[in-house]
Amino acid sequence: MTSDIIHMQAIRKVYDTGKIKVEALKGIDLAVKPGEFVAIVGPSGSGKSTLMNLIGCLDTPTDGRYQLGGEDVSTLDRDALADVRNRRVGFVFQGFNLLPQISAFENVEMPLVFGGVGLRERKQRVTELLDRVGLGDRMEHKPTELSGGQMQRVAIARALAMRPDVILADEPTGNLDTSAGGDIMQLFADLWAQGKTLVVITHDMTLARRASRVVEVRDGRIIRDVASAEVA
Amino acid sequence: MSRRDLSIVLHLFLGSARLQKKRAFLTIASIAWGTVTILLLLAFGEGLKRQFARNEQAMGTNLAINWPGETSKVWKGLPEGRAIKPRIDDIPLLQQRMPDVQVWGEMSNSRTLIQYARKTVNARVIGPNWVYGDPRRHYAMPGGRFLGPQDEEQKRRVVFLGNELAEDLFGKENPVGKTVLVNSSPFTVIGVMQRKTQTSAYGGQDKDHAVIPITTFRALFGRDKLNVVVVHTETEDEMESALERMRTFFAGRYSFDAKDERVFGTWNTVKGQRISAKIFLGMEMFFGIIGALTLVIGCVGVANIMYAVVKERTREIGVKMALGARRGWITGPFILEGLVYTLLGGLAGAVIAILIVTVLGLLPQEDMKVLEFLGKPTLSWSIGAATVAILGTAGLLAGYFPARRAAAIDPAATLRYE
Repeated sequence: MTSDIIHMQAIRKVYDTGKIKVEALKGIDLAVKPGEFVAIVGPSGSGKSTLMNLIGCLDTPTDGRYQLGGEDVSTLDRDALADVRNRRVGFVFQGFNLLPQISAFENVEMPLVFGGVGLRERKQRVTELLDRVGLGDRMEHKPTELSGGQMQRVAIARALAMRPDVILADEPTGNLDTSAGGDIMQLFADLWAQGKTLVVITHDMTLARRASRVVEVRDGRIIRDVASAEVA
Repeated sequence: MSRRDLSIVLHLFLGSARLQKKRAFLTIASIAWGTVTILLLLAFGEGLKRQFARNEQAMGTNLAINWPGETSKVWKGLPEGRAIKPRIDDIPLLQQRMPDVQVWGEMSNSRTLIQYARKTVNARVIGPNWVYGDPRRHYAMPGGRFLGPQDEEQKRRVVFLGNELAEDLFGKENPVGKTVLVNSSPFTVIGVMQRKTQTSAYGGQDKDHAVIPITTFRALFGRDKLNVVVVHTETEDEMESALERMRTFFAGRYSFDAKDERVFGTWNTVKGQRISAKIFLGMEMFFGIIGALTLVIGCVGVANIMYAVVKERTREIGVKMALGARRGWITGPFILEGLVYTLLGGLAGAVIAILIVTVLGLLPQEDMKVLEFLGKPTLSWSIGAATVAILGTAGLLAGYFPARRAAAIDPAATLRYE
């Protein structure tokens, strides 16, 4: 057992397309402790998206051991993985991925519905979270009626809803202008200050520099893993 | 499925149904249309069948009409080609021999003058044994009666009129108790036949003839030879053996080979009944298949729409999966959607079909010649059960295949592409 939130050992991921096999990850060892703010950087094609999918339990590794919050998730079936995602991972995507036809409130409520949280508590938690990201007055708005920055804040509220072990963000500022991106970075910094564990995949070095630790991936391997102060 | 699964599926289903009112309506309408089609087709088929059977039965069921003819086989030194002519007095003996079935003889005279007041009509006069009435569906209108045993015994001059013949002679006047002249002899009218739609007959339609006791007929026309001998059995299966026994009886009496089937020209209505039962079964199957295909088209429509929805919402489904939706929570709403839509559509269709059938049933049949032959569309429980079964299966399939595609979505692949 380990106190790490994320504990990966010798993780390999091979995509078998039938004709050719592509080894996207060639042996990753990664440990993230509670309260860390990790930025994963690397060029496209480096395997960082694959790594994000594995960390978020959207996919399972070909080889190796992965413990999330102390639970071995490398061999779980699809429904068990869905439960793990629901309880342990809060996703924030570059494209926000809000459901367009329902209100901000209902979007944030969605993981709580899947998590079996009762109606009254759902209402209370969603209200609280949307207040916290500064959208208390926009709860009944549809995503299309919100700006990009506001949408991403709804997405962050949604990621926080089930009080997950880790917030996993994929290029969270990629679709935002500088000012809105800055707000989101500040929100992440605040969450970190409140003791949340964050893993952010990004190209954006401004965001990466705010992290406590930067992990660089290239060709399916981790080539650098340093405290952010050392990143030039 | 646990209660929690159920409540999540319901939550998601209601959420999507609320957003898709128009789609839901159109889907339900297409299923309703299919249901109306299948129900009406089957109902018309059933009504047609019943009416046809009723019309066919207007002459009576399980009858065999035997016309005496000539022998076709040499028998005990007697040559072939002898005419065999059963007589009126043979019938009581034949009836004694075959107490389990009903037999009667008929004499007939076409184009006989019948007069009432100043009206004269040419009509067929039949002289059967009195038992003829019930099996040949000669029911008297209120106020009258058919011939009885005493009429026959006492050679009464009484006559029972076909309803159209009665109308021709009497117009709106009530014929019962009046005196008409048949072949210039006075007869008392004792009854008029109730109207019926008759599709099969020998010699002519029942509504156009006059019926007098067989004994009176003999006295009036001075003839003794029967035109036909009729056998009537309780069930279809008894007919063959009854006919054989009848031939044996006459063979002994008139010296011919009992195996000579050409002595009597026989119209066995049982054969026709069996054939038309088969024809109607075939017709019902045909209607059913057409109806079912219509319904299938409706369901393919539902499946098609839902496939499109799955494709359109691939991303949403991926998001839900990322947020922790189990596969059943993704597929459940689709299957539920397919089922609910088909069942609602089926229900609406059934209500419409029942309304239409009820309204058609209220139309007066008497004045419409077409309806007399088409009959009234009739819904039966078996039709309902078949429709429900087809709808249920189709609904499940319409939901199942799109749902399976939704479940196969890989969230990792859908979440990142822009």
